[in-house]
Amino acid sequence: MSLWKDSFLNLRHAVPRTVSGDRICRTQSKRFLTYSSQNSRLIAQNSIPLQTRKSTSSICQQRSWNGFKTGRRDFSATAGVRHGHITPPKPGEEINVSFLDKDGEKYDFQVSEGDNLLDIAQANDLEMEGACGGSCACSTCHVIVEDPDAFDKMEEPSDDENDMLDLAFGLTETSRLGCQVIMNKDLDGLVVRLPSMTRNLQASDFEPKK
Amino acid sequence: MNIQRVPYICTQCTTQIIRTPLRRSQRHLLPQRVWQRHNSHFVQTDRPFRVAIVGSGPAGFYAAYRLLAKVDDAVVDMYEKLPVPFGLARYGVAPDHPEVKNCEEKFTEVAASPRFNFIGNIELGESLPLQTLKPHYDAILFAYGAPKDKELGIPGEKALRNVYSAREFVGWYNGLPEHRDLAPDLTAGESAVIVGQGNVALDVARILLSDVDTLRKTDIAEYAVDELVKSKIKRVHVVGRRGPMQAAFTIKELRELLQLPSVSFEPVRKELFPPEDVMASLPRAQKRLIQLLAKGSTNDPATSTKSWSLDFLLSPECLNWSPVHPYRLSHVKFSRNELDPSDPYISSAKVMPKHLSDGRRAEVNIHANTFFRSVGYKSLPLPGLEDIGVQFDTKRGVIPNDGFGRITSPVNTGANEPLPDGSIISHLPGLYCAGWAKRGPTGVIATTMTDAFTTADAVAADWSGHRGKGSLLNGPGHSSGLGWEGVRPEAEKRGLRATTWQDWEHIDAAERERGQQLGKTRAKFGRVAEMLEVVN
Repeated sequence: MSLWKDSFLNLRHAVPRTVSGDRICRTQSKRFLTYSSQNSRLIAQNSIPLQTRKSTSSICQQRSWNGFKTGRRDFSATAGVRHGHITPPKPGEEINVSFLDKDGEKYDFQVSEGDNLLDIAQANDLEMEGACGGSCACSTCHVIVEDPDAFDKMEEPSDDENDMLDLAFGLTETSRLGCQVIMNKDLDGLVVRLPSMTRNLQASDFEPKK
Repeated sequence: MNIQRVPYICTQCTTQIIRTPLRRSQRHLLPQRVWQRHNSHFVQTDRPFRVAIVGSGPAGFYAAYRLLAKVDDAVVDMYEKLPVPFGLARYGVAPDHPEVKNCEEKFTEVAASPRFNFIGNIELGESLPLQTLKPHYDAILFAYGAPKDKELGIPGEKALRNVYSAREFVGWYNGLPEHRDLAPDLTAGESAVIVGQGNVALDVARILLSDVDTLRKTDIAEYAVDELVKSKIKRVHVVGRRGPMQAAFTIKELRELLQLPSVSFEPVRKELFPPEDVMASLPRAQKRLIQLLAKGSTNDPATSTKSWSLDFLLSPECLNWSPVHPYRLSHVKFSRNELDPSDPYISSAKVMPKHLSDGRRAEVNIHANTFFRSVGYKSLPLPGLEDIGVQFDTKRGVIPNDGFGRITSPVNTGANEPLPDGSIISHLPGLYCAGWAKRGPTGVIATTMTDAFTTADAVAADWSGHRGKGSLLNGPGHSSGLGWEGVRPEAEKRGLRATTWQDWEHIDAAERERGQQLGKTRAKFGRVAEMLEVVN
């Protein structure tokens, strides 16, 4: 009874692309991927011996496994690299930024100038979505700046950003879109709060719609 | 458990792989729990949590994403009517909003999970009964959206020429196979009337008013470009029943229309805007929208080639055809409304008919050669929903649910649970809904994402509370846990050809290649047969 389940997991792990590309179940690997090219090379080296193993078993898999399409993984690995790319800060030029998640837990990071909050959050596996890929066309990377003074130090949000913020849940006076806040030295010590990704139910959810 | 039931396992491969230990250098790639399980003789007695998601639009994909992240052993099978995924992200988002379609990248990542299967070209309820799914899954999540649109119910609406549904028009220019043959006639004259003031109405207006050469480079259907080139439409009326404070469109869409080059905007009458003191107390979003509306467009009507207007407080009465050319639409008759004077500036304000001093209803005719109705999408029950115990709420146009996405039974046929306030809620275990099928056809992708996450969290919570007790959906001993592997023989018996994610990748590549030749990002296949030709 346990055999197949166990082997199911083993098979998954045996395919390196799965592990590096599957950001859904392997958040750990994402962090690994997104940092620097040096790390990516490491991944590539690791994958060589496993790659061979994949090819030996793939014929069998194709015959009997409909769900495991080994070919598709190459596709996702690139997407994983592309998202949330940040540059490691140079020594002495680190900028401090902190995120408070929906449970109030604080995460501190040292980042370099020019990175935006969405990329920083995604590179560090914080719960922040960028449905439009950071192009200011949705409101999923909504953040709330904790300190109004820090908010005033930032550049005014553009009309486009404000248009999107208008659609964000739990909009506040100091709301911004993560993808539009680009870190610079003036923002050192910035603290932002991530609103909950799920919404508390409201009475209006149960009212009949016309 | 009988080994015959187990999906996805090739014993030859598994023995081979079990013998190969995981290298120490690869351990960091796995969560510790899995790593420990792999290296110990931990006996895993339960099987994966098999979930079917019906529909592959943003709601389906965001629910799958969250579920796969939250439940380690969840395996998701996503069923889709078309051979290709993404629903309204592909067929609803306007072609000139490519950045909104970036969510497809996320969905592609989700699909790369080995615990995710895409099963396209299977129309559940039509070509394959829902009943066939039930014994093979632990939970079914409905995220099939809103496949129809609301009608006005006015005389002349059903005419075959010059009168269109905005939903069908959007499907047509986006290359949706269902509306491939809509062939709207845009050459009947200069004036178009759109009834409804939501974002779909503004999308239609923008497509009609935009420069075709800008659209040509997008993934808009080529046949649509051919028709739009011939279009004679120069004046678009976007008509609403209520006032500017009640309009449903969002500010981004309005701003885009106001900024279209060589398109002028007829200013909105000042008396429709709230007085200063009311303006000051408005919520930010509404205030900004009204301010933008009051500012209008800077384009000079004298030098503009096209123009548009937002016409408020008008209800359509009937469509009228030309007495000279009985096949040509000539005008639309509207009756005037006025806002409930008790509170005319709230977004839920009601309207009442406006009467003239002699007691007759105030009416107005608007010249129209082409007419679009755009008064909202409508969700329908999937055929066979009642067979699995779900009673669709036709009045609200949603699947009845508890707000978290658990499907409820209005007649208390499910598992009754008392709520803190003493009332009873009747859940149908293992059945969930998300997206427009759950909350009605409103909101942007971000709204659907939040909503799909809520549902996925409910599924995850129910499963963790139920772990080890068998299926959520079926009673003990009545669930095979086979998922698609169990459904496939039924589908094959009916001669259905399911498409896989790999098939979609081939179609995707073919579409991009076709697009490249035409100088655009993608040239969609307009017919299902053309899509299947690529993969067969």
